[in-house]
Amino acid sequence: MALTKNIRCLDAVALISTYLDGGLGWRERRRLEHHLAGCPACTAYLDQLRVTVASASTLTPEDVPSDVLDGLLDVFEKFRRDQD
Amino acid sequence: MDDAALLQRVVAGDASAFRELVVRYHPTLVKVARYYVGSAATAEDVAQDTWIAVMKGAATFEGRSSFKTWLLRILVNRARKTGTREHRQIPTDPVDPRQAQRFDERGMWREAPAPFTDVIDGRLSSAPLLAAVRAAISELPEPQQAVVTLRDVEGLSTEEVADLLDLSVANVRVILHRGRSKVRDAVESTVRGGE
Repeated sequence: MALTKNIRCLDAVALISTYLDGGLGWRERRRLEHHLAGCPACTAYLDQLRVTVASASTLTPEDVPSDVLDGLLDVFEKFRRDQD
Repeated sequence: MDDAALLQRVVAGDASAFRELVVRYHPTLVKVARYYVGSAATAEDVAQDTWIAVMKGAATFEGRSSFKTWLLRILVNRARKTGTREHRQIPTDPVDPRQAQRFDERGMWREAPAPFTDVIDGRLSSAPLLAAVRAAISELPEPQQAVVTLRDVEGLSTEEVADLLDLSVANVRVILHRGRSKVRDAVESTVRGGE
């Protein structure tokens, strides 16, 4: 049936990132979900990517070098004094 | 304290609030600037100039967008003026050649990936896993690094990322797919290594 024509794993994997973001059109989404329903390997990949994206969202900022931070704070203090 | 409240304090002259905003966003500013300019040193300069523009313009922030979007817009405008952006190869094929090697001639997995939520088992926030994600993102080439940082780390929408980086939404999705795939590879290696 054309609407649920199966796709290859290679093609499914290329859609999964956009699927997670809700960016697939209904036809692509239907094809992908049809594929996932019968493919544990691609379902595992989906699971892995979901964990990866969730992990990225919890990252705390990297440290700002102290010379950069101190330099910007010096500029801020000068700016504030000039405002007074 | 949220960004908008911190900015209000900046307007009132609170240096610690300014410091907190710099700590939150400076690394992201440098990464996004790097997308536009030719060197790490120039990217750092553009990011620092952005903070100076923020302190001068803080009182004019009207809250029509989030502080983060406003900040990134200032950065991008400055980075564009610096104007040393090289012509970048923007991939349009979602199939990464490196990834394609994991599939056979029929497009099926040569070796199926195993679900690793079972392995992680509640260790999602474990330090080694997050360190692997952080390191993998920092090793991504441009434009993947800027796109993954803005979309997945900073949580901007795909449309906002496309707008900031002068890319189409379709291109952002392809770049995001490629970048996320590489980060996933790194997570997989970490998880498997920890078994």
